[in-house]
Amino acid sequence: MHLHFLDPYQPRRSPVHAADSRLKLTLTLAFILTTSLTPAAAWPVYILLLALILAVEILSGLGVGYVLKRALLALPFVLAALPLPFTIEGQALFSLPLGPWTLTASVEGLARLVSVALKSWLSVQAAIVLAASTPFPDLLLAMRALGIPRLLVAMFGLTWRYLFVLADEALRLMRARAARSGEGAAAGARSGGSVAWRARVTGGMAGSLFLRAFERSDRIYAAMLSRGYDGEVRALPVPPMSGLQRLSLAAGLAGLGLLLLFALLLWG
Amino acid sequence: MLFSPAPMHIPDGFLSTVVSIVLWVVSAAAVAYALRRVGQDLGERQVPLMGVLAAAIFAGQMLNFSVTGGTSGHLLGAALATILLGPWAAVIVMTTVVSIQALIFQDGGLLALGGNLFNMAVIGVAVAYFVYTSVQKFARGQKWGVFVGGFAAAWFSIVIAALACALELALSGTSPANVAVPAMGGIHMLIGVGEGLITLGALAFLYAARRDLLHIGEAAPKGGAAVWTGGLVIALLLAILSPLASAHPDGLEWVAEQKGFLEAAQEPLYNIIPDYVFPGISNEALATILAGILGTLLVFGVALGMAFLGRKRTTTHDSRLMTHD
Repeated sequence: MHLHFLDPYQPRRSPVHAADSRLKLTLTLAFILTTSLTPAAAWPVYILLLALILAVEILSGLGVGYVLKRALLALPFVLAALPLPFTIEGQALFSLPLGPWTLTASVEGLARLVSVALKSWLSVQAAIVLAASTPFPDLLLAMRALGIPRLLVAMFGLTWRYLFVLADEALRLMRARAARSGEGAAAGARSGGSVAWRARVTGGMAGSLFLRAFERSDRIYAAMLSRGYDGEVRALPVPPMSGLQRLSLAAGLAGLGLLLLFALLLWG
Repeated sequence: MLFSPAPMHIPDGFLSTVVSIVLWVVSAAAVAYALRRVGQDLGERQVPLMGVLAAAIFAGQMLNFSVTGGTSGHLLGAALATILLGPWAAVIVMTTVVSIQALIFQDGGLLALGGNLFNMAVIGVAVAYFVYTSVQKFARGQKWGVFVGGFAAAWFSIVIAALACALELALSGTSPANVAVPAMGGIHMLIGVGEGLITLGALAFLYAARRDLLHIGEAAPKGGAAVWTGGLVIALLLAILSPLASAHPDGLEWVAEQKGFLEAAQEPLYNIIPDYVFPGISNEALATILAGILGTLLVFGVALGMAFLGRKRTTTHDSRLMTHD
């Protein structure tokens, strides 16, 4: 089966794709941190940050549309922040009569809500560009360079390697269930059995998936042993970064730092 | 899709910087300790076993069942991982799953990852371990202990983690506690039932197929008592704190203001130059326009740079090929 649709990496020939993964990971984290530290209602700074990330999207050849479509993923969470305009006191904006209560929205609260939504939107775009422009093995290297324990990075790598295999297993289990328990194809059509029965069947599938994973890990361990594995996770040394990449890293960090300083001085 | 947009993965922007960084530090310490413990307990088998099981949890989150009218029950897997692997390995497995979800699928933010790890990999596992071993002790190795314990561990781990998530949002000043706590708690009390039923089904299957994997009646792993206590304290703390915060949201807001030391730290910075006004830029409307123009120029400049770099890159690419040959 073809599960590579899971892999968000989009091969392109662009300077963003060609950039060192350490540079990209560090700058992405710095961008998200800058966005997070930007005070609420610092609109010009948000515009600049948006311009920056849009520029990188254009530069990467991924297309703004692709990134924005994926960025919708974080949208439902805005629900959590929706009460903000009504709970923060400030200049009254409008009132909502709601039975015996009256909800009054404030300008400050609305500004806070829009700021939270904007921050989330900007950050998720940066993360999407990183994932779509960097192959996973390169990200692993960047994580190692950033000092994440080698064992954890090795785990990430193994998980990524077998994610596709086990996702295929899960899909096979689901197809087998669809073939046997008369799951309605039409939307809203009732599947077979009661809810508890369906839950139990799904639980059996989860248990089966685990068992297969256990047994597979035994075989993988045996295969690793036969190739000289002795419990030590080894990896090639991290290659040094080129001068140009170092320069870009310094320039990027300095630029984001200046932007943050600007934001904090004027709106802090 | 592989990843369910579960309402527990906090995206970036929803946690304040201070809360994010504090939770990052706490989670990093917990994960580092768990890594050491796992190395002692499992030895060299750990890497393949945990790596493949993390992939299985990940893929297991695809499995769902329809409840009614388009809603469906999902598996998050913290309780199942804890029961099958023990607490330390479960922390690492859940850390791997949650980190890859954030890094690759943007399911949860990167700066918020510390918070998400804390909720799902630390609290979820500790609470699941506490509930499961408590029920097991009570059942004295009888069969029902596995099933009741499994269901309860799954339900509690989801609900307590959701309460933690709501409190973090409230502390960040993103969502008032009297809205976030009942909403998150209520939704996850239902989601927890789905998680509990799937966990129960999985345990029933494993009980029939490979009873040895469930370690029934075996002694608790070394250091298990510490996790048990940790789970108890977390569960109690959140069970008491959440309704309190919900009933007195002002109290939490007060804490939020007090801990907002970054905002406080900015104050002196601002006071050093109280009379300093950027000529013209102090006017916000003008600043917005200026930023708009600057931003447009930036995009334009980068687009130009792309054309330039694109040309340069092809030449360097060729030379690299030549050196490799």
